[in-house]
Formats: sequence, C-alpha cells, structure tokens
Amino acid sequence: MGLELYLDLLSQPCRAVYIFAKKNDIAFELRMVDLIKGQHLSDAFAQVNPLKKVPALKDGDFTLTESVAILLYLTRKYKLPDHWYPQDLQARARVDEYLAWQHTTLRRSCLRALWHKMMFPVFLGEPVSPQTLAATLAELDVTLQLLEDKFLQNKAFLTGPHISLADLVAITELMHPVGAGCQVFEGRPKLATWRQRVEAAVGEDLFREAHEVILKAKDLPPADPTIKQKLMPWVLAMIR
Amino acid sequence: MGLELFLDLLSQPSRAVYIFAKKNGIPLELRTVDLIKGQHKSKEFLQINSLGKLPTLKDGDFILTESSAILIYLSCKYQTPDHWYPSDLQARARVHEYLGWHADCIRGTFGVPLWVQVLGPLIGVQVPEEKVERNRTAIDQALQWLEDKFLGDRPFLAGQQVTLADLMALEELMQPVALGYELFEGRPRLAAWRGQVEAFLGAELCQEAHSIILSILEQVAKKTLPTPSPEAYLAMLLRIARIP
Repeated sequence: MGLELYLDLLSQPCRAVYIFAKKNDIAFELRMVDLIKGQHLSDAFAQVNPLKKVPALKDGDFTLTESVAILLYLTRKYKLPDHWYPQDLQARARVDEYLAWQHTTLRRSCLRALWHKMMFPVFLGEPVSPQTLAATLAELDVTLQLLEDKFLQNKAFLTGPHISLADLVAITELMHPVGAGCQVFEGRPKLATWRQRVEAAVGEDLFREAHEVILKAKDLPPADPTIKQKLMPWVLAMIR
Repeated sequence: MGLELFLDLLSQPSRAVYIFAKKNGIPLELRTVDLIKGQHKSKEFLQINSLGKLPTLKDGDFILTESSAILIYLSCKYQTPDHWYPSDLQARARVHEYLGWHADCIRGTFGVPLWVQVLGPLIGVQVPEEKVERNRTAIDQALQWLEDKFLGDRPFLAGQQVTLADLMALEELMQPVALGYELFEGRPRLAAWRGQVEAFLGAELCQEAHSIILSILEQVAKKTLPTPSPEAYLAMLLRIARIP
C-alpha cells in the first residue's frame, strides 16, 4: 500500500495538501472522508485519526495528521523543489513564520466567515445574528489587511520571489470566504494579482479542480435533522 | 550587535524561546518588553515588529516573529543537539504535528486564566463565568488529548527525547498552573512528563524562567502590577472579547 491521503476538499487544509501532492506528481490513494456526512466522526475514521480531523496521511505504518506537518513531510520525503520550503535559513524562517501565524488568524477568520455567512444559515438552517456576522467579517477584513501589509507587501509571493508552502496554505484558506460569497479580492488589487500568480504557479486546471467543492458549497441542500444533530457539536467546537 | 530577543517572561512563547536559548548557550541580548504596561504596542516596538507581539528575534536586519519559527531558526543556526528538532524525517514530522495541534488547541486556550484572573480585572473587565467554565472544559479536553494522543506511552510528546514540542507545551501549561489550576492532579503520566522535562532543563533554569509567572497572583494581591497604557488597553479588550 502506497501513500494514502484522507481528505475532503471542502476543508482548506485538505485542499493545500491535495494541490501540493498533485502539483508535485506524488502518487497517492485518495481516501475521501465526507465531512458533510459526518464520516470524520465515525469509528472507522477514528482508527486512522483519533482526533477525527482531516487531512491525515498514511505512509505504510506511519500515520501523520496536521496539514503543515504533512506538507513538510512530503517536501522532505520527495526532495521537492527548494522554493516550496527553502534550505536558506532566513528564507525558510519566513515560511515557518507565516505557517505559524496563520493558524490563529487567517485560518480562524476564513473558517468563521464560511460558517457564519453561509454554512450555518444555508446548510444547517441555523440563523446567525447580524452582529455576529458583522464581527466575523470585520475580523476577516483586519486579517486580510495584515496579510497584505505584513506578509505580501511588495513581493511577488508571501515570503519572497517564488511560491512557497505559505502561499499554498494562504490561498486555500482565502477560497473559503470566496465560497461563501465574500468579496475577498475585490478592492484589494495587490492580493488579487498575488492570487493570479499563485494560480498560475500551481496550474489553473489543478486549482480549479481543487476548489470545485468549496465553490459549489452554496448549493448544498440543507442538512436533514439527523445529520444536523450529528454535526452541530463538531461545528460549534471547530469555529470557537 | 548580536542576536536580540524581545520578550516578556509573562508570556508562554517568550519563555519557550528564552529557555531554549539559555539551555543551549545561545548568546542573546535580552530586551524586556513589558506586556502589562503595553510596551509591545508602543511606537518604538511597533517599528521593530509591526504586529506588536512577543517574542521577536532580531538577527542584524533580520526580524523574526512566531515562537516556533524562532525556535526552529535558532536550532538550525546554532546547530543545537539533534533531539530538539530531529533531522529524521518521521521524528521531525511528529514535532510539526504536535506544533500544528498546539496552535489550534493549546495556544489561546491555556492563556485564558491569566486574562480572567489578572489582566481582565486590571482593566476593570470581568469575564463571564460561562466563558470561564467553557475554558476549563477546553483545558481538560486538551490535556486529555495531550496525554492520550501525544504522550501515549512515550516519555515525551513527539518521541523518546525532549523536542521543541515539549518546551512549547510545558510553557503553555505553566500559565494556568500559575493561576492555581491543578492540571496535573489525577494525571500521573502528564505529571511524570512535566518532571522529566523540567529535570532535563534543570531546576535553576526553570525557576529563573518561571519566577515571573509564578509570582503573578502575589503581585495581584500586593497590587504591584503596573497600569496598562492606553495603547495596550484596546488590545486587551479585543483579546478578552475573543474568549469563547
């Protein structure tokens, strides 16, 4: 059994891992874990990852969770092009810095934007107060500004002249609020041109393929009561 | 000018970097930036780190934030013993796996008691009991995962030896401990892990690094804490508002 990746392209970190593996021609078996159906909460999946989260990687006996860990593992194992995670000490530190920063900032804002703007009202049938939505979108705004001012600045990519893991992780996060109908790139020309560069570097077909699910999420039929009951505790814990 | 580290030992990630540097004999000029006074939001400090966060490393013109990035940078630059950040593919992956989970489930959560008991009251804000309870539950849940998934039957969180993961974790756990939370009660494996990590680091270094946080409640009682600056006040309010 070769490499297995347990993924659902609805999830931002899963998209980053998927794009990365495909872009770098890493052979893997895709094991779909359907989040909307609650498959990640099943006993079967708990055997793979007791934390019940995707993405997860299985390389023979070695099971690994956490998308950044997975991306770094793949980079090193397959000796991928240096620009993804440079050998140069300071260039690499910049990538590490972004990957650490984004957890509690961009990742959080993008996740909450998706759920507050769309998934709660449309998929789960749970109203979200205008104040909550406004606060979430305001937070997203602040985070996007930081992304531009502190990380991108006047560079081609977030951490330098070439695409790195930082850009991949960031772009897949930003597609979450895009999927919810948020105008992330409008009025932000710097970020918009960065996005174009990232898409071009990744490959537009691959980028489109990876984002089909999130871009269609607004068309998800409302969850039936059983599913909703199953998913609610997980959702509430996730977007805290 | 050599390496400069801007830090406040009140902060968990500051302590992790401090301990790592001291343990490994890494020469650093320490620049204390008083969080409670709000010096991290001062014009001077924002020139150095526009995010106004600690710790921040300055290596000549190179400025680096985020404690895990700083730890990795220092471990590579100063070629610290391999066990901290193992070169072995899978061993290193385990460190990153822990750090990823830590960012989601430990960071943010374990700092809340300080906000509730010390920093909130300092600016006249009381965090609702409901949130305090929710935080307690989150802490308990995280400790369970720490014990079951990361420690398991291993001596340390990411393997057989001390790594950056253990340092990051220990310093986060010290925060609620300093506020009177009995994190290690009924958790013998976790207590043993803590003992091992502290023994490895050395009692003197631990005492030195932990003295500020461990004396925080005493400072509250004696009313010797400084007053936050206006710049810090807003940042503190925002932070408290984010407590789930």
